Amino acid sequence: MYEGIVEDTQKAAIADLGIDKGVEALTPEKIETVITSFLESETGARFKTYADICVHCGLCSDACHYFLSNDRNPKFSPAGKVKQTIGEILKHKGKVSPKFIGQTAEIAFTECNVCKRCAMYCPFGIDVAYLMLTMRRLCHKLGVVPQYIQDTAHSHSATFNQMWVKEDEWIDSLQWQEDEARGDISNLRIPLEKEGSDIMYSVIGPEPKFRAQLIYQAAVIMETAGMNWTMPATPGWDNSDMCMYTGDSEMMGRLKRSHFETAARLKVKRIVMGECGHAFRSVYDMGNRWVGWKMPPIPVIHAIEFYDELFQKGKIKVTHKFEEPVTIHDPCNIVRGRGLHEKIRNVVHRTCSSLIEMYPNREHNYCCAAGGGVINCGPPFKAKRVEGDRVKADQLREAKSKGAKVVVAPCHNCHGGLEDIIHHYKLDMKLKFLGDIIYEVMEKTT
Amino acid sequence: MHHIYDFVSGPLVWLSFIIFIGGSIYRIATMAMLAKKKDGVVYDYMDSSYALRSILHWIIPFGSENMKKHPVMTVVTYVFHISLMIAPLFLFAHIALIKESWDISWGYISDSTADIMTMLVIASCVFFMLRRIKLPEVRYLTDTSDYILLAIVAAPFVTGFLAYHQWMGYKLMVILHILSGEVMLAAIPFTRLSHVLFFPFTRGYIGSEFGAVRHARDW
Repeated sequence: MYEGIVEDTQKAAIADLGIDKGVEALTPEKIETVITSFLESETGARFKTYADICVHCGLCSDACHYFLSNDRNPKFSPAGKVKQTIGEILKHKGKVSPKFIGQTAEIAFTECNVCKRCAMYCPFGIDVAYLMLTMRRLCHKLGVVPQYIQDTAHSHSATFNQMWVKEDEWIDSLQWQEDEARGDISNLRIPLEKEGSDIMYSVIGPEPKFRAQLIYQAAVIMETAGMNWTMPATPGWDNSDMCMYTGDSEMMGRLKRSHFETAARLKVKRIVMGECGHAFRSVYDMGNRWVGWKMPPIPVIHAIEFYDELFQKGKIKVTHKFEEPVTIHDPCNIVRGRGLHEKIRNVVHRTCSSLIEMYPNREHNYCCAAGGGVINCGPPFKAKRVEGDRVKADQLREAKSKGAKVVVAPCHNCHGGLEDIIHHYKLDMKLKFLGDIIYEVMEKTT
Repeated sequence: MHHIYDFVSGPLVWLSFIIFIGGSIYRIATMAMLAKKKDGVVYDYMDSSYALRSILHWIIPFGSENMKKHPVMTVVTYVFHISLMIAPLFLFAHIALIKESWDISWGYISDSTADIMTMLVIASCVFFMLRRIKLPEVRYLTDTSDYILLAIVAAPFVTGFLAYHQWMGYKLMVILHILSGEVMLAAIPFTRLSHVLFFPFTRGYIGSEFGAVRHARDW
């Protein structure tokens, strides 16, 4: 039986109830049974081919911000992480110890943002993010998932939103924001349950919970642009999906089905979603597939695409340009996940007076280290996450030295991650959503 | 010695080609069936034009960002793979043997060109080995099988080189040369050398995902 890495003291230092209690409940027999049936039923040609053909060339290493930020420690390279997890499991045919499963969980959940940058660096196009998500799925089946993100997954299961928001609280929050927004536009509405609207606007759980002003700003943009839109009053309003990242695919499927069915019930033509990256991945790429839709059954448009469209069609105009020089952080899930990088720049050019680029950028951006559910694993792993993205801090510092004062990051998780990085590395830069900037510079109907 | 020569240059050649060709068909066919059964997405999302776009970017030297980041590795990899294929396929001596057996032939390269290519393959193998030993991120991934594979690939070229120059034990070298070539062929479908077979599929699939679904580049 493989006992896992013995000498690694740094790893033993992080205590997490979800992982530790999960490991306590495991026996080697149980692990072997679960692994055997998992490999048989849930892995196939991709998994096998990737495992068979990797020639251990190490060329994926330079793709990974964890590897680069941890002084090129090989344990943090994409293939290095596969070796320590799936590699050992295959080598020992599932005969591994509970302690080893705990270690793999920590690697798969907190040392990889499943950002897919390495898929662009492997000559064979091996998708390490897929392998890490497969590893997480196995951990989920073994009941070894970091506590904080598992709690979020529980919230999804119980309430169909990420933040334990009750149905009346949701409606209340929308009405509260409607009231606030009437300071700008006196007859503004946030239309609830308006059947036959052109657009259903959906957000992630944290918007009503922590960033309610974003809903207010979206309402002002919708109203000014003269959109025929609505928001649902029922579960299905939340497009986010931490179950996708804990490996709870069944719940991921139920969440996406509920989201699309809500849009179908409201008979909308399309769904426009707020500035969130992982939710887009879930709606456009992973969740829909689990349910059996090759592409989303109702078109889903990310906020960036929507803003760009509004500007193109002249639906919104600016009164002035945002003055402070900005830089752009490209979020993985909508850049490598949807190619929206030029659209972000279109909107920035329309609304800001000066853009200072960070390099590498666009599809080659470095991740914020918060995505892929890593920030959702909570405080126990925060230091590792922030230190694991020193390269991002270096990028930001360089942009700052060229004059950038504001970081535009059109993604919720990126905001969380960059906020911690800016604070930890004392960068003193401001963070904005595109919506923040548009709201600030747009001509508002009164 | 004659008996051994007859054996390695007769039945073993057939055996190694049967294993190589049969094994390759078997690997690709079983993988295609497994994909049909378990990874329907591969068929659903595979898109020939985006697959080709990705493959082209990754077979043209310096066609990807990562190749630009590692110029020495890129040059060595190209020289290695090209020489590895051209030298044995277009070596005059090989073509003469085939002509003798089946009366078919094709163009050949000069012996001195083949000699240079052989040396380039050997030098590349030394480079790959040193890289495995020296670079921590490669050393970490390396196990014994990686050195064995490297030896399997280098052996036909080392022995071929020695046989051609007749520096030592010509007959023995020729036997070892044929034998090691057969081992390499037979190893292709069943070891990590199978990347030769699967490269177009894995590359094509990720290219399709990036191109057709995600509308992003993958190079």
